[in-house]
Amino acid sequence: MEEVATISVQVNGQRITRTVPVRMSLADFLRQELELTGTHVGCEQGICGACTVVVNGRCSRSCLMLAVQVDGGTVETVEGATETGRLKPLQDAFYARAALQCGFCTPGILLTAAEFLDEHSAPSRAQIREALSGNYCRCTGYQAIVDAIETASASWRRPG
Amino acid sequence: MAPRDDGIGAAVRRKEDFRFLTGRGLYVDDIVRPGQLYAYILRSPHAHAEIRAIDTAKAMRAKGVVAVFTGADMAKDNVGSLPCGWQVKNKDGSPMNEPPHPPLAVDRVRHVGDPVAVVIADSREAAKDAAELVEIDYRPLPAVVSVAEAIKPGAPQVWDIAPGNTCYDWEIGDKAAVDAAFSRAHHVARIELVNNRLVPNAMEPRAAIGDFDPASGEYTLYTTSQNPHVIRLLMGAFVLHIPESKLRVYAPDVGGGFGSKIFHYAEEAIVTWAAGKVKRPVKWTAERSESFMTDAHGRDHVTRAELALDRDGKFLGLRVSTLANMGAYLSTFAPCVPTYLYATLLAGVYTTPAIYAEVRAVFTNTVPVDAYRGAGRPEATYLLERLVDVAAREMNIDPVEIRRRNFIAPDAFPYQTPVALQYDSGNYHATLDQALKAADWAGFPKRREEARKRGKLRGIGISTYIEACGIAPSNVVGALGARAGLYEAAEVRVHPTGTVTVFTGCHSHGQGHETTYAQLVAEGLGIPIENVEIVHGDTAKIPFGMGTYGSRSLAVGGSAIVRAMDKIIRKGKKIASHLLEAAEADIEFKDGKFTVAGTDRSKTFAEVALAAYVPHNYPLDELEPGLDETAFYDPKNFTFPAGCHICEVEIDPDTGVTQVVNFTAVDDVGRVINPMIVEGQVQGGVAQGIGQALLENCVYDENGQLLTGSMMDYTMPRADNLPSIAVSTHTTLCTHNPLGVKGCGEVGAIGAPPAVINAIVDALSSYGITHIDMPATPQRVWKAIQDARMKQAA
Repeated sequence: MEEVATISVQVNGQRITRTVPVRMSLADFLRQELELTGTHVGCEQGICGACTVVVNGRCSRSCLMLAVQVDGGTVETVEGATETGRLKPLQDAFYARAALQCGFCTPGILLTAAEFLDEHSAPSRAQIREALSGNYCRCTGYQAIVDAIETASASWRRPG
Repeated sequence: MAPRDDGIGAAVRRKEDFRFLTGRGLYVDDIVRPGQLYAYILRSPHAHAEIRAIDTAKAMRAKGVVAVFTGADMAKDNVGSLPCGWQVKNKDGSPMNEPPHPPLAVDRVRHVGDPVAVVIADSREAAKDAAELVEIDYRPLPAVVSVAEAIKPGAPQVWDIAPGNTCYDWEIGDKAAVDAAFSRAHHVARIELVNNRLVPNAMEPRAAIGDFDPASGEYTLYTTSQNPHVIRLLMGAFVLHIPESKLRVYAPDVGGGFGSKIFHYAEEAIVTWAAGKVKRPVKWTAERSESFMTDAHGRDHVTRAELALDRDGKFLGLRVSTLANMGAYLSTFAPCVPTYLYATLLAGVYTTPAIYAEVRAVFTNTVPVDAYRGAGRPEATYLLERLVDVAAREMNIDPVEIRRRNFIAPDAFPYQTPVALQYDSGNYHATLDQALKAADWAGFPKRREEARKRGKLRGIGISTYIEACGIAPSNVVGALGARAGLYEAAEVRVHPTGTVTVFTGCHSHGQGHETTYAQLVAEGLGIPIENVEIVHGDTAKIPFGMGTYGSRSLAVGGSAIVRAMDKIIRKGKKIASHLLEAAEADIEFKDGKFTVAGTDRSKTFAEVALAAYVPHNYPLDELEPGLDETAFYDPKNFTFPAGCHICEVEIDPDTGVTQVVNFTAVDDVGRVINPMIVEGQVQGGVAQGIGQALLENCVYDENGQLLTGSMMDYTMPRADNLPSIAVSTHTTLCTHNPLGVKGCGEVGAIGAPPAVINAIVDALSSYGITHIDMPATPQRVWKAIQDARMKQAA
């Protein structure tokens, strides 16, 4: 028998209780159980960063975590961070600069960039590049993404 | 009138971005069909083995399993071979060796990852668990991996029908003229090089869902494709024998392609066929490790070349001999890549009067090799631009000056090369001059000196490239062995209120067609861009199409849209002439208005559209109602984007680490529709080019095991590996398509690699180093320095 466990987790502000296979990854839980398909799976090995979500306030690779690990915790995905407006300055800047092409890596990069801007005011381009170095983008060559994050940093409101 | 802010030439923000920025894109793996099952494909762990027996009984009994199929099951249903779309001929005129490619291997596996069986279950996990219960009795056979080994006498044979592992032995050019040129050469420059094998790695892994409706007998395939109509044609006609009328192929949002999603893959046929067998939808999504061992790889050439020069450094003749790795099977367009997309580009931007190239395509026990961003043209450019630099250094001529001396002059167009192509337009001096200025070429010695003080070796490298895009005139490619036409289709549907939906046969997987094409239509029909929607990817909606690759979407697909708009405007003039009671010849169409010439009497585009759909006052005797036109555009020639890329590197001689510190690209891509999108395409292409030059390399061990089988082992450029890339354009218009466009998707991947390597060789020239193969990893650079020091000391 597939071993299952019941978990209770706050996802994008909503309390969710589900019984899931213990071996189900957090990425699969979000995508398949909750139909939050803005989280993308690019490598299943934690290398590409496409599956990045915010777990208990920190960016995490949802492909490397099990759903049962977030029991009792909070998860924020690109859908939730869009809804609350947290990503708005970044989304505006990405749109203005065409800082995305195929869009597959974009949700993970937005969440990574948001956490980075929470912790850095007026970052240098080198700092931005370093912060992005855990997220692969195969389309843009990163330059427009760096530009957009630089632009967004000007209007970013860091959490007090 | 002021230029529109949403028309041709404007940096319009991308219409598609909202859904991608908010997590609302729709990729294949996001789709869930009612009653959907999951396929897990069991693959060969051996590079080469005989399949002696397959026992699926235990797996069939596993929990959640609905079916297990093997190649024998598909053969029983007369499932055909995955077809190859291009036949290349040997030197003697005989056709290439073309082995079969069953979607599931039948009696032999020929590369690690070759699909052997498919387990279909009610969850991914159940399918994967059950796959472990499938018992396959393999008898391993000796494998061959590299082209150099594959052509040796006694090498393991991948295919009995291909002696010497040869797919074809092909040639182009005038051998006698080249021999004559070499006999009177003042100097001959020689180079031997490897064009490293690459794994495309689009960020979205491939995925496919097969769906079958028993009520209608219709199949639907949802797939990560750059060209859904091509998949429908190949899979329907050759593999599964399903008529087009009963087969829909839908490629929704696709997360990057770079060529790797052109081809018809086994998994597409497997899930579609299996859906018909089990009468439920069947989904397969690649794990990244499967992408590495099944997505067609790119490049993998080994080449020797010689350039004959006169006393002044003018090129007299070029002789090229290339071994090209095809992998274990012929992928959809594989044979044309190292021939008609490679050797035909060997004139480059130069007046070399005599060229001869021979290419031997070779089977090995590796993943099939096919088009990857640039496809043949990066290989040609890398070879030529390295060889020109070698010649310049040996003859002590400045690398800029030797290029200038050999450029095709701006007034020499149309220019017929000795290798089949006729260039229609270009100005290579102009792109060179612009690049030299933008890169501050003149200030380099000062920068080198400054770097030296910091202990760094600084080098500068240049490449002046050309490519052939906008593939292609159907009759020309047909004569060269293509088994398809390469036109493009578009339908422009004007709705009763004057809004417009365009159905294009091209496919956007990052290119931004929903914006660029909408700009064409907004400008062409004089309507706001908000009133234009672009639909792509669905064979149920779109008349036909050959898809997106080879930087063809604007030159061919965009031209089809223009032709369809021309028809709309012609019909609109007839309608307007009736409404305005004027002669048709007197009606002018401009800025969205049909006007009686010389008067202020006019009808708007929307008024004419409404009249077409509510034809109360309408010339029904002469004209059909409605305003909906389709055009198929077959290009008259290839387009020829060209340009100049300049790279500056700094090397730490103690570690061999190379950093690209400056990169300048000046490209002539023809008319620019959206400069922001063009800039992104060039920067993305350059990033992949720098990746090839410095980081990326697909490595097999001698037994055919893929050593770089994950993103942990295969290195792609990350944000902190790359510099800012200065992009600008210099435009000469394409002379033969209605937009004057050439294409911009591949220029970066083509121009960058030789610029990077030329810069590295320049930086290392004080050690007497004259060449370094890609990727110039720290280890390779460090070893080259150590070897050179040993040699100097000896």
